[in-house]
Amino acid sequence: MALLCAQQLVMDVPGRAAGEALSLTINAGQRWGILGPNGAGKTTLLHTLAGLRAPRQGQIYLQGRPLALLSRRTVARRRAVVFQERQDSFPATVLETALIGRHPFLSAWQWESPADRAQARAALAVLGLDGLQDRQVSTLSGGERQRVALATALTQNPALWLVDEPTNHLDLHHQVAVMSLLARQADAGAAVVMCLHDLNLAARWCDHLLLLYPDGQLCFGPASQMLVPAALETLYGQRLAVGEVDGRPVFMPAAGEP
Amino acid sequence: MPVTGAESRHRLILLVLLLAALLSVVVAVALGSVSVSPRQLLAVLGGGGDPLQQDLILVLRGPRVLAAFATGGLLALAGALMQVLLRNPLADPYVLGISGGAAVAALLAMLLGMGATVVSGSAFAGALLSTLLVFGLAHGAGGWTATRLLLTGVVVAAGWGALVAFLLTVSPVQQLPGMLFWLMGDLGYAGSPWPAWLVLLPALLITLPLGRSLNVLARGSLQATALGVSVRPLRAGLYVLASLLTAMAVTTAGTVGFVGLIVPHMLRLGLGNDQRLILPASVLAGGTLLTLADTVARTALAPQQLPVGVITALLGVPAFLYLLYRSP
Repeated sequence: MALLCAQQLVMDVPGRAAGEALSLTINAGQRWGILGPNGAGKTTLLHTLAGLRAPRQGQIYLQGRPLALLSRRTVARRRAVVFQERQDSFPATVLETALIGRHPFLSAWQWESPADRAQARAALAVLGLDGLQDRQVSTLSGGERQRVALATALTQNPALWLVDEPTNHLDLHHQVAVMSLLARQADAGAAVVMCLHDLNLAARWCDHLLLLYPDGQLCFGPASQMLVPAALETLYGQRLAVGEVDGRPVFMPAAGEP
Repeated sequence: MPVTGAESRHRLILLVLLLAALLSVVVAVALGSVSVSPRQLLAVLGGGGDPLQQDLILVLRGPRVLAAFATGGLLALAGALMQVLLRNPLADPYVLGISGGAAVAALLAMLLGMGATVVSGSAFAGALLSTLLVFGLAHGAGGWTATRLLLTGVVVAAGWGALVAFLLTVSPVQQLPGMLFWLMGDLGYAGSPWPAWLVLLPALLITLPLGRSLNVLARGSLQATALGVSVRPLRAGLYVLASLLTAMAVTTAGTVGFVGLIVPHMLRLGLGNDQRLILPASVLAGGTLLTLADTVARTALAPQQLPVGVITALLGVPAFLYLLYRSP
């Protein structure tokens, strides 16, 4: 089923000419990676797909309905966004932070039910944060905060995950744990779209890739067709050496011009 | 953990604060040049009692105490709302220059020889104008950023300060005592307490169901939008409401500082940051604080009366510095 559908979408980057229009369909069960160099607009595209910023032109459909016509609350019940940057200036505990994932499901006078709390606790446990639920978020490390943000999205239980650099600040073990969590979500029928910097994570965990070039050009398709060294070298302006581990390509930056 | 742990904890805390609030009102009515016993107070409230005591409680102290409580509640609620709006625990009507705008407008009206009603209305308009000015100037090309808003507020407040000094310099000497009321806050000049209550109670009722949305808003506008909060109307509403609360407080008691800053801040340090608790708790604690502060202002150097703003500043500054020093 088409979870997210973009038609002739041009994202709005202030002060930049319109890029190539994007028409793509993201189906349930798919794991999309957005690749591109710094400043290519990965985050802007993710926020546009999330309905957080208006596109310059084109339409986005969430489960067949125009995104712009759905109420924010309805949208928030179906898709979660994990941001690259977080603002934790006000004090809050880890459990309180995860619980805000239930916000779109509760009416104004309603309090979080025991079921909501259980859901938040379960999400924290999945991210390996069960011992930290009463800690202040401000006292956590960067990697722990990243996992709290993912636990908040998991508490939201969305059909569509939009994640900006899921492995930010994470050690190798937690990188794998988080990527396999997202893979399990996709296996259970959600769709996952993530901005990634690490080609090898993209090669291992994504079944579809979208390459975003700094000049606004883009191309996308099944991961196996997109992981062409020549295309990736052009994308990053960086020569790559390619190896193979467990039957999958592994990319390393190499010396010299592409 | 009990089924609705947070909810029942909140109820208990609010109940304790409500009792403290009632106690502060009783103490404030009882203390003064002539003290009133609880039994006498009950007799008067029951419609009886000594006529002299009736006068003292119903005409003199009662309205003043109610005005003090409402002003404290208004200021603390305004401060709590602004702190969420700006996502900055240092935001407060006083810091943002809103009180300053009200003071300048009030002084100007007094200098022109206007009556009390016009002076109050002018203070109200000044507070609203000042908020519009601060938020309008801070809303640059990239939208509101909390830092720019706070900086704009601080600079505008400094500007009002200069205008206040100018107006005081050119004013006739006999007007100075009345003018100082607007600058330091003094409940001795407060008129009827009811307008303040008529603003405070509906405002509290409006903000209560918004509590959880405000919790989400405190995580930043992007995160809040992603979780289904309509950020723009909510922020605009908060801004109007906080201005209205401040304007009403200033109109009632002049510019009382630190209540809007200290009360929500202390409550957050002790109770956490759930706005569903902090907003009603701020009203109760702010009202209690100002009621007690005004009682001290009336009685400490009696028969000399101090402006209540002096008391709140003397209490507020060391308390704030201590909390800041203690906090991690």
